[in-house]
Amino acid sequence: MTRLVDRAIKYILLAAASISILIVFMIAYFTCREAWPALQQIGLGHMLSTLEWRPQRELYGLVPMLAGSVMVTLGAVLLGVPLAVGAAVFLAEVAPRGVANVVRPAVQLLAGIPSVVYGLFGLVVLVPLVRQIPVTGNTGFGMLTASMVLAVMILPTVTSVSEDAIRSVPREYKEGSLALGTTHWQTILGVILPGARSGILAGIILGIGRALGETMAMIMVIGNSIVMPAAAEGSSPLSLFLSRARTLTGNIAVEISYASGLHESALFATGVVLFVLIIIVNSAARLMLRGEQHG
Amino acid sequence: MADGNAHTEGAIMPRVLAHKGSSLGNSRGQGSATSYMLGRRRGYATLQRWFQRLGFAGLWFAGAVSVLVLLLVVGYVLSEGVGVLNWEFLSTAPKGGLSGEGGISTTIVTTLYLVALTVGIATPLGVAAAVYLVEYAGEAASRRGLVGIVVGIARFGVETLAGVPSIIFGLFGYALFVTTLNLGFSLLSAGLAGACLILPVIIRTTEEALRAVPRTYREGSLALGATQWQTISGVVLPAALPGIMTGVILSVGRVVSETAVFYVTLGGSYKLPTSLLSGGRTMALHVYYLAMDTRAFDKAMGTAAVLVVSIVLINVAINLLSRRLQKNM
Repeated sequence: MTRLVDRAIKYILLAAASISILIVFMIAYFTCREAWPALQQIGLGHMLSTLEWRPQRELYGLVPMLAGSVMVTLGAVLLGVPLAVGAAVFLAEVAPRGVANVVRPAVQLLAGIPSVVYGLFGLVVLVPLVRQIPVTGNTGFGMLTASMVLAVMILPTVTSVSEDAIRSVPREYKEGSLALGTTHWQTILGVILPGARSGILAGIILGIGRALGETMAMIMVIGNSIVMPAAAEGSSPLSLFLSRARTLTGNIAVEISYASGLHESALFATGVVLFVLIIIVNSAARLMLRGEQHG
Repeated sequence: MADGNAHTEGAIMPRVLAHKGSSLGNSRGQGSATSYMLGRRRGYATLQRWFQRLGFAGLWFAGAVSVLVLLLVVGYVLSEGVGVLNWEFLSTAPKGGLSGEGGISTTIVTTLYLVALTVGIATPLGVAAAVYLVEYAGEAASRRGLVGIVVGIARFGVETLAGVPSIIFGLFGYALFVTTLNLGFSLLSAGLAGACLILPVIIRTTEEALRAVPRTYREGSLALGATQWQTISGVVLPAALPGIMTGVILSVGRVVSETAVFYVTLGGSYKLPTSLLSGGRTMALHVYYLAMDTRAFDKAMGTAAVLVVSIVLINVAINLLSRRLQKNM
């Protein structure tokens, strides 16, 4: 009797274990099902090559949003990754225990702060700050502000994965290097960072995944205009980052509440593009981490 | 720690290396050349020491900036929000309107409802899944059959789910629960979508907690003649409870701070939900609506301050739990 109960429970638990893959399938199925009319009538090729998104005129180009998402993420990586990897090396190699016990929980807490709070902070503090930059058409809302907010949001992910990677570099590598007479700093640059390379890269890619998926904070600070990001006329090309933009995620969230018919379907198609993008990015990170475990 | 003084050792070392490396060819007669070389070597060591100082300064800077950013965001929100924070703000319902009049009581209640709902749905499922993956899949993984394949796929599912952005969970919830199942914008739709969001969090933390339970516990119980399930329910799960609790509290934090999923599944009404099928507005959503629709920044800051305080408390709870966990092990 107990045997029977045991076996029954085992299969019930197996069913529970399969539920997450079931949810993944359901997410894929329902998003694709809703996106199907758009994919059929508009076509993925059209969506990925048209520069304009004007649902009322049947123009459903995702290129501006793709550009927005990619550039904001790029900005966040440029601003956030040096800081995050620096903090990881600091925590793993340099920080005295007492200091690390302050910094580590602080970074952990950064991960817990709601994205609306970051958005609100960006809206109230960073937007007016960025508005000070004297470039024509600069409203403060735009990709620079969005990248700054995102940089802080991806910091905890990149830092914690990188710190783990740095700590898993075999001790002998470090000792060998120091015994050869290098300074600790040379060892960090020449031995520890190269040894932890794939783990750090995985952390960065995971951060990119987070950045691409962020929604509410982006809506609040990026301006949400559907335009191809462009530099202001007569100023440096860097003013490109002051341009207003819209992300793929923002496109879904801003319009889903009033969209219907083909328009709604096109938003689900936006979701499909985002989903595929994220799965590619995350699989890359997973491959990196796996590679590290083997080598 | 040995790491702490490693750099002082390193600074002395280069001279030893340099002796071995390049002064071999020097005979005694070439005094001036030797001292010149020695000078260069010393110069090299000094240079490296300066590089190290510069590099370490950069690392300290990175560590400091991470803490400063946190203090800046939390400090700003708290100091701006504290102005509107009082008992009345917490205990009266929002009145709507363009100035964002009223308090936030209904949004607090809705947040609590949603937390209860999502955690209530996801915890049993997530713990059960983790128990299977850790306690049963070990034997199955070595076996190649169908079960082994299922386990591999299940693992892939958890990993994939953990990386799906929340707006996609929102879209999914909107398509399945809100429209297809006709649950409308409601607590139930949002709760189900939210449960999918936190499921991987609970599975992962529970898996870790189960792995941390010493093997000897299981062996002792099995040796006493208990079945595997008796062992799991009577010995392994109680031992893993603090770890599982950590996962649950972590999920509470995720739900409290989540916005995108509920933005497209919960409807956003600021009235108190009366049933599982009525819509609502969480605190995080309220911050968004106040900031974006009504531009009532003071009230938004007040609500954000309440959010931040709850998140800090949740983090403190997690840290206390995991510290207790480490002591026990």
